[in-house]
Amino acid sequence: MGDNGPTRRTALKSVAGIGGLVATAVILAMDQPSAQTQRASSPARELRPAASFAGITNRRARSIALFEEMSKVLRHPRCMNCHPASDRPTQTDAMRPHQPLVVRGIDGHGAPGLPCATCHHAANFDPAGIPGHPDWHLAPASMAWQGRSAAQICAQIKDRTRNGNRDLAALIRHLSDDSLVGWAWSPGGRRTPAPGTQAQFGELAKAWVQTGAQCPRA
Amino acid sequence: MGEFRIKVNGQAHSVDVLPDTPVLWVLRDNLGLTGTKFGCGIAQCGACTVFLDGQPLRSCSLPVSGLGNAEITTIEGLAGREGEAVRNAWIARDVPQCGYCQSGQIMSAVALLKQIKKPTDHEIDLAMNGNLCRCATYVRIRAAIHEAAKLLES
Repeated sequence: MGDNGPTRRTALKSVAGIGGLVATAVILAMDQPSAQTQRASSPARELRPAASFAGITNRRARSIALFEEMSKVLRHPRCMNCHPASDRPTQTDAMRPHQPLVVRGIDGHGAPGLPCATCHHAANFDPAGIPGHPDWHLAPASMAWQGRSAAQICAQIKDRTRNGNRDLAALIRHLSDDSLVGWAWSPGGRRTPAPGTQAQFGELAKAWVQTGAQCPRA
Repeated sequence: MGEFRIKVNGQAHSVDVLPDTPVLWVLRDNLGLTGTKFGCGIAQCGACTVFLDGQPLRSCSLPVSGLGNAEITTIEGLAGREGEAVRNAWIARDVPQCGYCQSGQIMSAVALLKQIKKPTDHEIDLAMNGNLCRCATYVRIRAAIHEAAKLLES
């Protein structure tokens, strides 16, 4: 196959070449409104510390308030994009369908021939705009959160048949320590990070469990 | 700049580049392996697909500093039964039009056939829809993958 492609220098200088046109077409296509688009409300940017809920004297009400604060993270696009309702993840704060079309596959790591690791590597790579983590993958279908209320997600993450067989202690550890969960606070590029810090989120989860792990009313 | 030792198509190389240089540009600009194409630079088109330890990789999406000891295979070094079958099927079906995206298409097709010997249309679509073709040779690509699967069977 003959070559008439650009060098890195010429490619970076101009988007007028073949590659640039492909990129332009893709970017334009990604900016078009889509019937599949599930636009999230503006992502939360602040997270209250667990201690700030101490003034709620009713234990159940405090637990629910703590979960509702947690849900600012759980329902943030950085988390929801890979907890899709279908087999296809979404991307951006607007939660557009992932481009290119990729699917969960049998183990959450993508389809044969197009695994997540084709593009997503051990770390974020901002020059190409690609987020990364050593175990980048989609949540299993049982952990689909998109389109669900805080009450539904609350019931879901407590249910061992749907949460990866975690008891509440294991759930706290997962939310507090898992490094893929932690990616949400270091997403790279221009992505909006999840609110607060993972440590703050973990403290909220711990306080929620300590107050009975109550769920909001449906 | 920094020196990176990398293995490409069975050969060891040493390159002096910035750590965040995408593998694509090391292949093309430093090693002269221009069969791998630049399409978009943001892992949206698949033109830069190579193998990383046998698995498909968009070479624009990985910095050379992320390679570690992994070995890269480019279209120039593609070998093996699946590679041969795909090559023959591509010729028989006269798949390429302008040809620009085809090395990426071939690498993805081989990656698929290594995992699924007789893929369905749906499996082909799922594996290949990250490889764009402005000439829209998609129908011929799909037919050629089926043909390659038959060649592998025989």
